[in-house]
Amino acid sequence: MRRLTEFWRRYRRNVLAVLAFGVLLVVAAMAVFADLLYPQGPWEMVTRPFLWPGDRSQHLLGSDMLGRDVMAGIVHGSRVSLLIGVVATAVAFIIGTLVGATAGYFRGWVDDVLMRFTEIFQTIPPFMFLIVLVAIFKPSVTTITLAIGIVSWPTLARLVRSEFLTLRERDFVQAGFVIGMSNTRIILTQILPNALPPVIVTSSVIVATAIINESALSFLGLGDPNLMSWGTMIGAGRQVLRNAWYLTALPGIAILLTVLALNIAGDGLNDALNPRLKSG
Amino acid sequence: MSGVAPPLLEVRALETRFSTEAGLVHAVDGLSFSVNKGDSLALVGESGCGKSVTALSILRLVPDPPGRVAGGEILFEGYDLLKLSRRDMRRIRGGEMSMIFQDPMTSLNPVLTIGDQISEAIRTHESVSRRSAWRRCVELLELVRIPDPHRRVHDYPHRLSGGMRQRAMIAMAVACAPKLLIADEPTTALDVTIQAQVLGLLDRLKRELGMTVLLITHDLGVVAEWANRVVVMYAGNKVEEGRVDELFAQPLHPYTQGLLGAIPQAGRVHYTNARLHEISGTVPNLIDPPARCRFAERCAKAIDICHREYPAPFRPAAGREVSCFVAERDLA
Amino acid sequence: MIPLLQVENLTKHFVTRQGTVQAVDDVSLSIGEGETVGLVGESGCGKSTLGRMIVRLLEPTSGTITLQGKEVAHLRGEASKRFRRRVQLIFQDPFTSLNPRSTVGRILEEPLIVHRLGGRDERRAQVEELLRRVGLSPGAADQFPHEFSGGQRQRIGIARALALSPELIVCDEPVSALDVSIQAQVLNLLSSLKRQTGIAYLFISHDLSVIRYIADRIIVMYLGKIVEVAGHDSLWDRPLHPYTQALMAAVPLPDPQAARSRERVVLEGDLPSPVSPPSGCRFRTRCPHAVDRCAREEPALREVVGGRFVACHLVTAGDGPTDIGPGGPPPPAA
Repeated sequence: MRRLTEFWRRYRRNVLAVLAFGVLLVVAAMAVFADLLYPQGPWEMVTRPFLWPGDRSQHLLGSDMLGRDVMAGIVHGSRVSLLIGVVATAVAFIIGTLVGATAGYFRGWVDDVLMRFTEIFQTIPPFMFLIVLVAIFKPSVTTITLAIGIVSWPTLARLVRSEFLTLRERDFVQAGFVIGMSNTRIILTQILPNALPPVIVTSSVIVATAIINESALSFLGLGDPNLMSWGTMIGAGRQVLRNAWYLTALPGIAILLTVLALNIAGDGLNDALNPRLKSG
Repeated sequence: MSGVAPPLLEVRALETRFSTEAGLVHAVDGLSFSVNKGDSLALVGESGCGKSVTALSILRLVPDPPGRVAGGEILFEGYDLLKLSRRDMRRIRGGEMSMIFQDPMTSLNPVLTIGDQISEAIRTHESVSRRSAWRRCVELLELVRIPDPHRRVHDYPHRLSGGMRQRAMIAMAVACAPKLLIADEPTTALDVTIQAQVLGLLDRLKRELGMTVLLITHDLGVVAEWANRVVVMYAGNKVEEGRVDELFAQPLHPYTQGLLGAIPQAGRVHYTNARLHEISGTVPNLIDPPARCRFAERCAKAIDICHREYPAPFRPAAGREVSCFVAERDLA
Repeated sequence: MIPLLQVENLTKHFVTRQGTVQAVDDVSLSIGEGETVGLVGESGCGKSTLGRMIVRLLEPTSGTITLQGKEVAHLRGEASKRFRRRVQLIFQDPFTSLNPRSTVGRILEEPLIVHRLGGRDERRAQVEELLRRVGLSPGAADQFPHEFSGGQRQRIGIARALALSPELIVCDEPVSALDVSIQAQVLNLLSSLKRQTGIAYLFISHDLSVIRYIADRIIVMYLGKIVEVAGHDSLWDRPLHPYTQALMAAVPLPDPQAARSRERVVLEGDLPSPVSPPSGCRFRTRCPHAVDRCAREEPALREVVGGRFVACHLVTAGDGPTDIGPGGPPPPAA
């Protein structure tokens, strides 16, 4: 509890980061309460097509070419974007931490093998790789999430590895050896808690990248056809860009704000979690 | 103690403060001392006492923000350095007054050779040709006894050992024959046998170049070996000053007494027959410190007034000074 | 009587890009029960490497370490864990040796948990007792390391080393990072703990005056080799090896009169690279008395008088080095 208030005290100093945190809260609230806000879902044709934003108060952001409420699309789309962003990052986090921690802690040939394996993944351009993965497996929320997770973990693995390599040499970790701790205990109680802060910071950026990747897939028509995501909306709006540009711009702004907020919040986290800035 | 010639450097009521998240730190608080021509003056104290900040203030190198020289005067040959323009200050710095640091690696550029850096230092202050600056460079390396100077001028700093790097930095610092050299813990990072070499070198350069040296150190052993006068600092204040033999023979301030007693070697004690003198507690917080003796709460001799008032400097003899109510009472 | 710890022909080589560093080369020493052995030398002499091999943080390249007659250098599993209870380490840097994300209580409880000593309440009581013994208040248990000063953190490090009631603590430069006044507090604490528990210390330091105060017996190392072993008084009164003499002459004395009256033996030159140490005696390149033989033949560590060992060709048995110049010791009275 004390640590949490201390953390918030440090985070609060960055005004922009607090603002970003607010944006993320709003997006999260949209995702959670989507069914309450728009119980009919994003696919229902509720009004006449091509209603411009502000034309009618009950459809604040207008409607698309089929007369579907844009606001309902954005609210329900936040669900898909956030869900895929967070779960894909969790997948990347688990693989990345396992691989990176093992390589960085045990060093030697274990490190060599795992890092060569990681490099194989890194040599393939991630988005190409993503398209190939999604094309091989049928596009669905699960496959898309897994695929994004699979292309994102190498960054985290390298970061975790370098943290482990340096932390392992720290005196307090050496002290763990001297008092007779097992490897698992040293990894879990001594190294991991100290390695996590930069990993968490990077994860926030990976969430943002995952959201962009999902949108790009949906834009290309490789998204889950049963789900309305921000990318799907942009992809659909593209065809009428000349006369109804708001259909592309509005979900675009949603993506922009969310991704920007995630990056700024990442910076804020960095300041708040960085022990070097701690007094004393 | 001529009293006639004005001091080379005179610091008067210097105040240097740092603003931090927790508040305003009074790192140096009303410090006054002077350095006479030809002096080997040591500014001694433990970490956080403000000795290094004093050096940075004299050279106007206090990082601003967060630091700021908030008051006082620093007279160098009669001119107040704090009033000089940045350009004039740059001319003095490295010219008439220069500085060496604890870690030579931080002040030597890793991507330039030793020769490049020293000749650059010369050419900043004197209009000489590249060729003759380079020649001077080799001479300087000879002067600081770097073996094989013709080859070493072409070396990058990382190719030199710690002791050699410190010599190279000293060569750079004395390149323009400064009147005053400020040496901030120049031997702290070095082994004792190398430390002895570097202190010997500083002594020789002082004689040969007619320099005055202000040495900043935490090591009373180095002070005793090397300096002729000493200023003891504690928590941003000067607590005592005097000639080295006098001060070590009869330390007046309880803090100085405590420090000398804390060194294992004094009296050749062994753990089986004696405990070392401890100064209990830790250095006080310098955020808005109260106006009273800073050492009072750790002082075994403290009396009532110590906790209420700030002790004014008391001068029992020429060149001797102590700021302590108890010492003043005992001496009066 | 078997000594508590016996180290024989211990060698540690590190393979680096520049070549093989002979950090510790064929070193033998012993530590008796309750004895404080001081290990002194300058950077690169191998004293820390030696200390880390003894606490088994580093694997020796060759040689043996025995604890009360039992070989310990290659223990595994439970046997290794039992060894941990007997030999502990105090680190130099109080700022990096404590986990910044653990409370002090947790840091001190950790060894007890690992070795399954006592239940929760007993461990809590033990932590309080440890804090009391090193002069900290029980309330410190709930605080984090960064809330303490360097000296206080070093006390926490000492408490952690004491937690398992070891027989030997290797102290690796425990006061080098501290101010003099705080250094005195820690040295006093270590010596009073020794009086209470009869613990043995291997005290590693570059500071001869600290070693002089705390050690019963002093070992001097230079470039991976032991050059001299002596009792604390005899070493101080009559250093025999030219390196020990130079080291002592270089220690700044906080006494201007004594400092000025003693003879200055300033060593020329730098420490040679441990990748390619000089042939014969490793000190010969800086030794003011070196002769031809020093380059050809490596001097063995020999006993010159009872309990005094020196590795120098110029020092003969039962004799001081007669030709060691001004400031050297007077010839012994037979």
